[in-house]
Amino acid sequence: MQADRLGVLTGVHFIDGDHACAEGALAAGCRFAAGYPITPSTEVVERLASRFPLVGGLFVQMEDEIASSIAIQGAVWAGAKAITVSSGPGISLMAEHIGYAAMTETPCVFVNVQRGGPSTGLPTLPGQADVMQARWGSHGDYGIIALSPNSPQEAFDLTVTAFNLSERFRCPVVMLLDECIGHMLEKVVIPPAEEIEVVPRRLTTRPPGEYLPFQPGPDGVPEMVKAGMGHRFHMTGLTHDERGYPVMTAAAQDALVRRLVDKVARASREIALTEARDLDDAQVAVVSYGITSRVVVRAAELARAKGIKVGTLRLKTIWPFPEHRVEELLQTGVRGLVMPELNLGQLVLELERVARGRARVVRVPHAGGTVHDAETIVRAIEEAAK
Amino acid sequence: MSAQTTGRETTTRNPAPAADCAAPENPVLRYLRQDRLPHIWCAGCGIGTSVNCFARAVDACGIHLDQLAVVSGIGCTGRVAGYLKLDSFHTTHGRAIPFATGLKLANPSLKVVVYSGDGDLAAIGGNHLIHAARRNVDLTVICVNNFTYGMTGGQVAPTTPLQAVATTTPYGNLEEPFNLCHLADSAGAVYVARWTTYHVRQLQKSITRALQKRGFSFVEVLAPCPTLYGRRNRVGDGLAMQRLFKERAVVKNGVATRETNFDIYGHGPIPVGDFIDRDRPAFLERYNAHMARALGDQFVPYGDITVDEKAEADRFAGPEG
Repeated sequence: MQADRLGVLTGVHFIDGDHACAEGALAAGCRFAAGYPITPSTEVVERLASRFPLVGGLFVQMEDEIASSIAIQGAVWAGAKAITVSSGPGISLMAEHIGYAAMTETPCVFVNVQRGGPSTGLPTLPGQADVMQARWGSHGDYGIIALSPNSPQEAFDLTVTAFNLSERFRCPVVMLLDECIGHMLEKVVIPPAEEIEVVPRRLTTRPPGEYLPFQPGPDGVPEMVKAGMGHRFHMTGLTHDERGYPVMTAAAQDALVRRLVDKVARASREIALTEARDLDDAQVAVVSYGITSRVVVRAAELARAKGIKVGTLRLKTIWPFPEHRVEELLQTGVRGLVMPELNLGQLVLELERVARGRARVVRVPHAGGTVHDAETIVRAIEEAAK
Repeated sequence: MSAQTTGRETTTRNPAPAADCAAPENPVLRYLRQDRLPHIWCAGCGIGTSVNCFARAVDACGIHLDQLAVVSGIGCTGRVAGYLKLDSFHTTHGRAIPFATGLKLANPSLKVVVYSGDGDLAAIGGNHLIHAARRNVDLTVICVNNFTYGMTGGQVAPTTPLQAVATTTPYGNLEEPFNLCHLADSAGAVYVARWTTYHVRQLQKSITRALQKRGFSFVEVLAPCPTLYGRRNRVGDGLAMQRLFKERAVVKNGVATRETNFDIYGHGPIPVGDFIDRDRPAFLERYNAHMARALGDQFVPYGDITVDEKAEADRFAGPEG
């Protein structure tokens, strides 16, 4: 389905990643947003507050992030596509409702413009230390998708993708920007609406009485419903059956929670978006995401100039972790893996898990607050090439 | 709008199924998910009585049931949503009001009721209560106040009277309780009423009135919790607590809510009645008027475009979107 023209600001723009993210939401058909101010993410909702009244959307500044993260879900069950936006401390407050969205299979998008943490940390400076929070931030087992753009253009593109994936899998999707991407001004090309593919809500066409709101289709994903359609359905954050009724048994728990995890996990190849560069002859691969991937471009050039056969794999999808892409690297002769990230070693744990000792994995940790020095990454590449 | 939601009558009483003509049944039954009964509430609990009044109020004001949604939080009263045969949402602890805010704002044609308990709405959810009242979101909030946390075993709540024994105040409660009606009034609610589960007719009428109001309406229902409050504080069973409501409640319609404090299981009158009934533009009314003023013809009110109506966007077709 094509994007709604009214929301698509077709043209060439010079905007930052936060604004581009807002335009991506508009292009994807998002017409409801709730948020609470927090640096460095506020520009996203500021732009939505300005643009929504022109396109039939509604922004509400709620009393806190907890309210924001559940107000959007109320809007979704009324039929809207909805988004909320925050950064570290606010995302921590939203954690319960990320789990609620997973449990109630509410398609919605949570944007986290990452800053340095923990706690109040470095409000105006970058970090990438929320990648594990994006995966495991709410209690219990559940499937979730997280995407990480490395430019304002991609903040636009991937926000559209985030909405599409949330509708496709009926699960929350986390957009993991970082402060650099959020505040970086670059050229952003917004294509004509007819060139933007938008996944519509999968509203059931079954009549009341024949529809069960949590009965999965062949792909493990149930059809959606909204209030006012006459189904008089129930939904709950309690463990529930296909009718949405609470069932407090281990069997119901097993059936539901496995499905919530599997519907995402089994589609991980479809969801995994990556970008490969110079990997054909590579013996070392640098795996990175977000702002760090832009330093990696320079580091890889410097290492190539030193004669090291190095390539790069950039992860646009963080979760589910694109492990089949890492597996392919190992199959094609890569013997050293390097992962720089603006944390003290989070996503590299996934890399180590997938490598299972078949390649040397070199960590390039950084506590955040700025980006890596390219030379530091070059030294890690040299170590991995030994 | 989708075919399912157009052309519905919205002003007449809800017709009973034809089968009911032969054998009259309790008129409340068809508002309940009978496949979920029996419910979980204890003997003597007041929540079921409030549900009975709510169902009769819905019946009386003739809202089409397809356009009525109920949102609950967590706790004993939080289970109400699951028993009502409506579009019903059992949300997280304390967050029924912000969920309902999103639901209402994203589909203004819905009538949205928040049905939850005192702990859920006034403790963990207290901030949302006052802000929704301040915004005057068009919601009806029914707060069953049983002065304790029932589901978790009888802990102290922000409504528990001074000196009362709870599992977390084994030597008696030392904190002053909230007067919820005064709180809702101060925050801007357009309709505020309090009754007890003894006052079933009055409660039903007040809920009817609340459902008919446009804006944030708040109905407090004082209810017995004999299992976890009454037993521990020697106030007797459910019947004894109903008798207490009967004997000590004093109807004070229109009285200033600051005058409506009470000590439920102590001494003195328990003021009940319709305290506040006033008009103030609801959130969306104000939003639409404000944006139309600020943006003129450029303003597109919410709901002109929804996710299943994108085809209509073609009417805006031009050289550039």
